[in-house]
Amino acid sequence: MSNHFVHVQNLAKRYPIKGSNESTTIFENASFALEKGEFVCIIGHSGCGKSTILNALAGLDEASEGGVIMDGKEVDGPSLERGIVFQNYSLLPWLSVFQNIRFGVRARWPKWSKEKIADHCNKFINLVGLEGKGNLKPSELSGGMRQRVSIARAFATQPKLLLLDEPFGALDALTRGLIQEELLKIWSETQQTIFMITHDVDEAILLADKIMLMSNGPKARIAESVKVDIPRPRKRSTIVEDPGYYKIRNYLVDFLVNRSEELSGQSPEPNQYPVEINPAKTETAIEQSVA
Amino acid sequence: MSSLRMKSLLLTVVLLIVFLGIWEMVVQPPERTEALTEYELLIGGADQEARVPPPSKVIELAIQEIGNPFYDAGPNDKGIGIQLGYSLYRVLTGFFLAFLIAIPIGFLIGMSPLMYQSLNPFIQVLRPISPLAWMPLALFVIKDSELSAIFVIFICSIWPMLANTAFGVAGVREDWLKVASTHELSPLRTAFTVILPAAAPTILTGMRISIGIAWLVIVAAEMLVGGTGIGYYVWNEWNNLDLTSVIFSIVMIGLVGMLLDLLLSSAIRLVEYKE
Repeated sequence: MSNHFVHVQNLAKRYPIKGSNESTTIFENASFALEKGEFVCIIGHSGCGKSTILNALAGLDEASEGGVIMDGKEVDGPSLERGIVFQNYSLLPWLSVFQNIRFGVRARWPKWSKEKIADHCNKFINLVGLEGKGNLKPSELSGGMRQRVSIARAFATQPKLLLLDEPFGALDALTRGLIQEELLKIWSETQQTIFMITHDVDEAILLADKIMLMSNGPKARIAESVKVDIPRPRKRSTIVEDPGYYKIRNYLVDFLVNRSEELSGQSPEPNQYPVEINPAKTETAIEQSVA
Repeated sequence: MSSLRMKSLLLTVVLLIVFLGIWEMVVQPPERTEALTEYELLIGGADQEARVPPPSKVIELAIQEIGNPFYDAGPNDKGIGIQLGYSLYRVLTGFFLAFLIAIPIGFLIGMSPLMYQSLNPFIQVLRPISPLAWMPLALFVIKDSELSAIFVIFICSIWPMLANTAFGVAGVREDWLKVASTHELSPLRTAFTVILPAAAPTILTGMRISIGIAWLVIVAAEMLVGGTGIGYYVWNEWNNLDLTSVIFSIVMIGLVGMLLDLLLSSAIRLVEYKE
């Protein structure tokens, strides 16, 4: 047994091929760990199984093999200990902003008094910058505001692990930038563990402590784990000035453009963790990757 | 927008007046060219041919009837309010019983593919049966004409509610159910706090269709069962050859049906949501 906060062991996902006993392996032997308070992003092309891994962490979807252990207990179903923010917000449209957040808070602390619940909800409405918008329905909000509500709902239940499934994928670049910084702000206040899927390299560098790179499916693998040690607090406007920024960025882009395809089809050995890399510390990141 | 409303209202009134005017003119008896015979004078100048009464007569009767809707002068002569009241009582009782059965079963069918598959054949066979076809069986089994009428309303209003509830429940977005499960809601709480509000507009639309059908069917059912109710009233006035009353009650049936529909459609507006 290890003392990691979340421990993913030899996870696999296979789909049966119609009309035969064979099955396609999306990925197998995926093993990695998350530490408490860590912000981890996972990047990879569509179809490599990122969402499957996230759903397995959430307990929404059962993997074909392997398991997830969080805080010493096996994940065997959805739980309030693991909050999720979906790309399409998943707000309940017949409830107002306040009621949507209260939905989560009530489920989490059924014994709280009305006032305590209301105070708690309002705190998180303010935290995501939606003061005075508590009575609006989701349909009256822009996409960015809806995602703020969804984030507030997830944070308000104070889960031990927060799972974000491409939360900013449907937003325009300006709104995305704003909410990314808000997310960083809330995260720095609550110090939760976050696991996030993204397609955006810059977003990953801005947010994450660690970026996991996934090769293409089928037989995808979490090939590498890239450390981002740019000091916090990070800002979109100043992060590019960090000497390590472009090294990391180039490394990630090179992986997505060239190496994710090359590495496809090579499943790791059981219990093999992704290789840890710190491109900022190496001479030239690209050369390192070729070697 | 409001000017469009005004215009449409004006046009409605104009059309109504034109329609009533044409009706009034068409049904006037032809002018007599010759003087009445002594016999004709004796029987009050009655026409050889029966005529549809003019709207003026119907309005006259309507004012009189609506002015005193609840009089009761024996089994053959009751106020329009009493007759409509009986019909409404039967419709609402049958409808409510159907509601009690259709909503839970609709939930069951909507949530469980097994129940859907196994109950679907029954529903498909039972649904197209004209509710009045049940009447003889109902009379034989229940042995009470009043309850049989209610049963006929029950059986005709259950299907749209059942179908719409199942459809609405089955169509609840996967994401919302995921939200419920990640918040560890029990199945019962999920049903009440997520599925019910999500499916409510569809369920109420089914109820709206049901009450419309029930109101259509009650008239025919009461013509068969007799005794009381607006359907019986229409048939009774036909037997009395009182066409003015027949036309008046037809209009009343329409108005009450419209009110029932308005009631349900405003209820739908209450639970509707925009995504």
